[in-house]
Amino acid sequence: MRLSRIDRAALRFFADLQGVFLLGWQAFHRIFQRPRYYRDFAIQFDKLGFGSITICFLTGLFTGMVMALQFLIQLKPFAATSYVGGMVAVTMIKELGPVLSSLMVAGRVGSAITAELGTMIVTEQVDAMRVEGTDIIQRLVTPRLKAMLLAMPLLAVMTDAVSLLGGYLMAAGYGISPTLYLSSFTQFLFPLDYVEGLVKPLAFGGLITMIACYTGLNTGGGAEGVGAAAKRAVVISSVSVLMVDFFLAKIFVVFR
Amino acid sequence: MTAPAVESCIRMEQVCYRVGGRTILTDFDLLLERGVNRTILGVSGAGKTTILKLLLGLIQPQSGHIFINGQEITGRPESDYREQRKKIAIVFQGGALFDSMTVGENVGYRLFEEGRLPEAEIEAIVREKLRFVGVEPALDLYPAELSGGMKKRVAIARALAADPDYIFFDEPTTGLDPIGVYNIVSLMRRLQEAGKTTLMVTHDLPTAFATSQRFSLIVASRLAFDGTEEGLKACALPHVREFLQPTDASLFV
Ligand SMILES: Nc1ncnc2c1ncn2[C@@H]1O[C@H](COP(=O)(O)OP(=O)(O)OP(=O)(O)O)[C@@H](O)[C@H]1O
Ligand SMILES: [Mg+2]
Repeated sequence: MRLSRIDRAALRFFADLQGVFLLGWQAFHRIFQRPRYYRDFAIQFDKLGFGSITICFLTGLFTGMVMALQFLIQLKPFAATSYVGGMVAVTMIKELGPVLSSLMVAGRVGSAITAELGTMIVTEQVDAMRVEGTDIIQRLVTPRLKAMLLAMPLLAVMTDAVSLLGGYLMAAGYGISPTLYLSSFTQFLFPLDYVEGLVKPLAFGGLITMIACYTGLNTGGGAEGVGAAAKRAVVISSVSVLMVDFFLAKIFVVFR
Repeated sequence: MTAPAVESCIRMEQVCYRVGGRTILTDFDLLLERGVNRTILGVSGAGKTTILKLLLGLIQPQSGHIFINGQEITGRPESDYREQRKKIAIVFQGGALFDSMTVGENVGYRLFEEGRLPEAEIEAIVREKLRFVGVEPALDLYPAELSGGMKKRVAIARALAADPDYIFFDEPTTGLDPIGVYNIVSLMRRLQEAGKTTLMVTHDLPTAFATSQRFSLIVASRLAFDGTEEGLKACALPHVREFLQPTDASLFV
């Protein structure tokens, strides 16, 4: 049976998709199994989580400021500048906070995870670990997944908070008091929106980690292969974040 | 396949392995008996590393059977034969030391993982193994700080820490100077005297003759020769002659 190039690409795509989800499931249910590898978890949480604070801080600050600036310009003619707080809050907490912080993290963390695991593959360190009797998903994937599932929502919340602060810096210039800025939040945000703002980064964190781990563990072709794999992981995880964001937003609209 | 459960050997029967549209092995047989050290010879890219990985169950063949001490490992999930495999240790081509860990942590890796011994005892074992291979001062260094020959010796120490019956060596002397080669060969001899069975993969004939009693030659994905040193030297098959000729370009790859 001869397959056309398109058939083969499609086949490969579905095989990879299946691979990512299978690995994701295997890594997830190992969260509840021993050995726990707390030390690896702590190292990864530090590297992936704490290491991403600066980048998320800057993302939040400038996005919040530019959003507030644009809203203020739009709202000014209608004498509705008092709504700026709520508008910044709703866009940041539901959409931009989770999505932008995840995209930044996808670039930083996705490439780091892929390169690290890919290097371990091409230098046979993963094989050596397996021979020593280690379950490599338990040892290499699960600690990273745990770290990111915890870190990503925290990073998103921090990004949200910093962006609201940035938004206020702009609003203050238009003579809006802190209380007015804060009180407008309730007019725009419903409790479910906060849930959306937490569920999304959780999903994105899992997605980025699993794509990066899968790509890393399936690296071939030496040092060159590692570079190519890292690039692929970043591109695929960034696009997936945006696609999954749309579907999650759609689901939350249904529950509104 | 009926095999007595008590047999102490590693066997490969009629194994075929293909990857990426290429056939690496065809109907390959191999027997590694306790106490009979073997070398697999073949040119670069012939599939020597692949054989070791198959024997360890790191990759699965398309067809054929592999047994470790009488227990089949083919067609079973890794968790089934993880214990079985602990009888075997391997020294990878590049050492494959974990570069996020110190030399000491590398050597004690399995002992730390198993967590059965107190830390002081593990350290004593680690020191003993490092002394055996002659790199004890490197205990607290990271693999990146070691030379190629030291890496190989640390990799041997790590393999020993597991107290295996069989040790696989993937081209242990490639890329070493004559003194380095001598050190590795004498280390292998000492291990054999201590009761370990070695399976080495190489294209370096003097090392092979110095450390093994049985030889397998792989040519074009098939087993071209299986026997003793005398048999190999006396063998008239063209493929074998070609491999043994010192002028053969493949020896200098
Ligand atoms: N994942 C893979 N995809 C495609 N080809 C592969 C893959 N793994 C191995 N090969 C091919 O299989 C062949 C045998 O590889 P192997 O590493 O066993 O060779 P080797 O005999 O150990 O060579 P060397 O002496 O250079 O280490 C090589 O030609 C290699 O290109
Ligand atoms: Mg090899």
